Amino acid sequence: MNFISGIILSFITVLVLVFIPFFGMQVANLQFVFGVIIPYAAIVLFLVGVVGRLLLWSFSAVPFRIPTTAGQQKSLPWIKPNKIENPSSAAGVFGRMLLEILLFRSLFRNSTMEFREGPRVTYEWEKWLWLSAILFHYSFAVVLIRHLRFFTQPVPAFVTMLESLDAFMQTGIGPLPGLMLPGMYLSGIILLAAAGYLFLRRVYIPTVRYISLPTDYFPLFLILAIATTGILMRYLLKVDVVGVKELALGLATFHPVVPQGIGVLFYMHLFSVCCLFAYFPFSKLVHLGGVFLSPTRIMANNNRFVRHVNPWNYPVKVHTYDEYEEEFREKMVEAGIPVEKE
Amino acid sequence: MADIKVPSPDELSQIKHSPPLLKGWMSTPTVIKPGTYCYGAQPKNLEAVGFPNARPWNPLDADWKLPDNWKTIIIEGIRERISRFRSFHIFMDICVRCGACADKCHFFIGSGDPKNMPVLRAELLRSVYRREFTTAGKIFRKMVGARDLTEEVVKEWWSYFFQCTECRRCSVFCPYGIDTAEVTIIARELLNLLGLNIDWIAGPVANCFRKGNHLGIEPHAFKDMMDFFLDEIEGITGIRPEPTFNRKGAEILFITPSGDVFADPGTFTCMGYLMLFHQLGLDYTWSTYASEGGNFGFFTSHEMMKRLNSKMYAEAKRLGVKWILGGECGHMWRVVNQYMETMNGPVDFLEEPVSPITGTRFENASVTKMVHLVEFTADLIRNGKLKLDPSRNDHLTVTFHDSCNTARGMGFFEEPRYVLQSVCNNFFEMPEGTIREQTFCCGSGSGLNAGENMELRMRGGFPRANAVKYVQEKHGVNMLANICAIDRAALSTLMEYWAPEVGVTGLHELVANALIIDGEIERTTNLRGEPLGGETEEETEE
Amino acid sequence: MMYDENKIIPMIIIFVALVTFPLWYNLGKAAPKPDPKIDTPVIQALQNKQCIEPKAAMKTTHMKILDEWRNDVVRGDYSRQMTTADGRVFEKSLQNGCMKCHSNKTKFCDQCHNYMEVKPFCWDCHIAPKETN
Repeated sequence: MNFISGIILSFITVLVLVFIPFFGMQVANLQFVFGVIIPYAAIVLFLVGVVGRLLLWSFSAVPFRIPTTAGQQKSLPWIKPNKIENPSSAAGVFGRMLLEILLFRSLFRNSTMEFREGPRVTYEWEKWLWLSAILFHYSFAVVLIRHLRFFTQPVPAFVTMLESLDAFMQTGIGPLPGLMLPGMYLSGIILLAAAGYLFLRRVYIPTVRYISLPTDYFPLFLILAIATTGILMRYLLKVDVVGVKELALGLATFHPVVPQGIGVLFYMHLFSVCCLFAYFPFSKLVHLGGVFLSPTRIMANNNRFVRHVNPWNYPVKVHTYDEYEEEFREKMVEAGIPVEKE
Repeated sequence: MADIKVPSPDELSQIKHSPPLLKGWMSTPTVIKPGTYCYGAQPKNLEAVGFPNARPWNPLDADWKLPDNWKTIIIEGIRERISRFRSFHIFMDICVRCGACADKCHFFIGSGDPKNMPVLRAELLRSVYRREFTTAGKIFRKMVGARDLTEEVVKEWWSYFFQCTECRRCSVFCPYGIDTAEVTIIARELLNLLGLNIDWIAGPVANCFRKGNHLGIEPHAFKDMMDFFLDEIEGITGIRPEPTFNRKGAEILFITPSGDVFADPGTFTCMGYLMLFHQLGLDYTWSTYASEGGNFGFFTSHEMMKRLNSKMYAEAKRLGVKWILGGECGHMWRVVNQYMETMNGPVDFLEEPVSPITGTRFENASVTKMVHLVEFTADLIRNGKLKLDPSRNDHLTVTFHDSCNTARGMGFFEEPRYVLQSVCNNFFEMPEGTIREQTFCCGSGSGLNAGENMELRMRGGFPRANAVKYVQEKHGVNMLANICAIDRAALSTLMEYWAPEVGVTGLHELVANALIIDGEIERTTNLRGEPLGGETEEETEE
Repeated sequence: MMYDENKIIPMIIIFVALVTFPLWYNLGKAAPKPDPKIDTPVIQALQNKQCIEPKAAMKTTHMKILDEWRNDVVRGDYSRQMTTADGRVFEKSLQNGCMKCHSNKTKFCDQCHNYMEVKPFCWDCHIAPKETN
């Protein structure tokens, strides 16, 4: 399996998935299946899957306190410890995790190695991975939260506020009349661009190309498909959003309804989202939960002054001093080394 | 050993970092090449500690004589470790292959072998985990990066998990903190279940278990070697320290890697310890039973690490000391800092360490009861308890190598720098990105400092050496200081190869050279018998 | 056996609470559907009750039509009139076109706009019609 077959395989898989509802609608009127049954199934799978994954992880012990220290330890009082990069307390760990989860601290360190004749090797700060990752995740979060307007009535204030921030660029005027209406959301465009970049770097950076699996391309393609169908629906091909909200609210209130005439594009979008949710717990995407539990990040470097207990610590066979002395007693005595039994 | 030719630095630096375009790694067979692997463990060394499946075997042979049920052993071994180590479990599940770690590994930088990228090293094991332990892997196989466990896979593991020095540099850059060291540790445990260790680790482990130290130095010989140092010290300073061995009732038990007793330039560091303790009049003892600070068990399995480490507390208890002082060592301190007390504690028979000289309470060691010598010395200097003449080190322009384990498994950065800058006048840092938490491994850690894998070691040490060469050219650095016994042995060879004219020293060698001992004769040479720093100039002036 | 349950169980609860936000926020109540009214006197007087395009198209693309009109009138070809597919002529104007028939902004426009929580910027410049209840 090389990168070309990996890309083709995942691309075709996503293409097939996206068009399943298209044919489902053409051949039979499966609105209820695609609008109600599959979304419920997907969200149940997502919840059960992620919770199950967290539980599975929780069944694994944490025998040792093994933080990766990235700053000065707490030692003598006149040496300033780095409380965040080398936390010695729960507060420090909290700070470290806050930076890690909100700002992708570790990824921010990323450098790129350049190997030249000489030989000479240099390292430069590389920000594109961090930038694209943070844009990708934040725009995805904004897109998700924005979608709450379909699932809530009345729409909570934080959703409308986020929406108006997201759409601060008023378009619709200018070279493309009518295209970016209603108000353009930056998040959608950024999501598309960042996911696109994350895909491109998988292809053009040789090392990343080599390590990429079909399961790396697949979620990117799926997310690109979701963003594309979403953007098409909003700005170009248009669907009946009132119908969409009726359907979404129906799902959220357990009074499922399937309004007629929403448009097949919506079902393609919804089905792709369902695929992503259902796929999530069984893929690398569980890093969402894993990052909160990673022992090298969430533990304090305080093992020398706070006891850590290994729940499965068991007695081991050791070579006792008595056994040692038994073997070397004569030599020890001769060398003037004190012994227990003369 | 000597018949394996190491390519010249010019030949070795022809490195390509672009993996093959079309051929995927799963279909690229592993070639075990002389110069890049360590000899397989000899059966007697495995039997000495009761390890299973001991047998003579040669990594170059097609048949590794695996036990019949090897597959079950591995799969059950993985299952057990998933439940025991959340680190391993999570690291198997959450890697997104972003590639941030790819060019952070010294072995990848020095070899260009794509399977040395941390992410791929972990994938070697992860692919089998997926196949055996995930539904998607069982159904979709290669499409989701799962592959069958075959003998070839086991050979690949053996090859690449003994090309990782567990330095944790990748873990610093990983957005989820995935630590390849952790994966390597587990993989080596699994390989050990099949009797597949390397002899350079199995030998020291067997030695340490029975004789108390990796080198297998027996008690009388240990004392003899120390006597030799005393002669040397007496010749240089006119003072003969009087260390004691296995003495009950001493206040402090001192433990350092046996490498310090055995080979240059570690021996000079060891002389440094002896001189410092003499000047302080420290009530301390050495132990021949616990005569090893390092722990090659750590490179074998968690259990073996515990078995070897147990001697420290056992001996401290038997001798009735108050606390333990530990010498300059890398992985020893990772073990002491992150594992020891959990494995072999609690230690109610020791006291919270207090420096008898300064009265400083080492609150940061209140539970382990073990203090790092560099912390101890930094505290002495800070409190003005040492008379130092840094000009004695003036012939040296020094840079400092942060050892992986003390850097990323402890965060030990300022203490050694404070001591270093108190005992020498010419100090320059290597470039950012190659020091502190981003420091590069010597290329020979985690038990890979054998002779037969010299090419691998020179490749792995290349990034470190290249940074040294940079300060050598820019600032005239001629001495590489460090606080690790493996570093002292490995970096010497490495410097000879990549940055000739740069020496290697332990921190306490420099301390001892600068240290003014009460009643000493006027020193004319340093511990290596070389003329003292300021001295030559003064002589010509006179 | 579960380890760190005091951390992981709260984590699970927070996760489930966040994901199921729409469920407990709406508390299982079905919200009323919007019900735009086209029963203004002007429309009732019309013989042909067809807007400039079929209902379905108007529903999804009225904002595009308005935007295009605005461009035409303000900075395009300055044409002020449009002809429908079936030959009827209308003025390209919100106030003098659309609102002529749909004079009931609150019962027509606002119905869906409020339901969807969208805030069209039409009324930033235009004056909303006076409505008599």
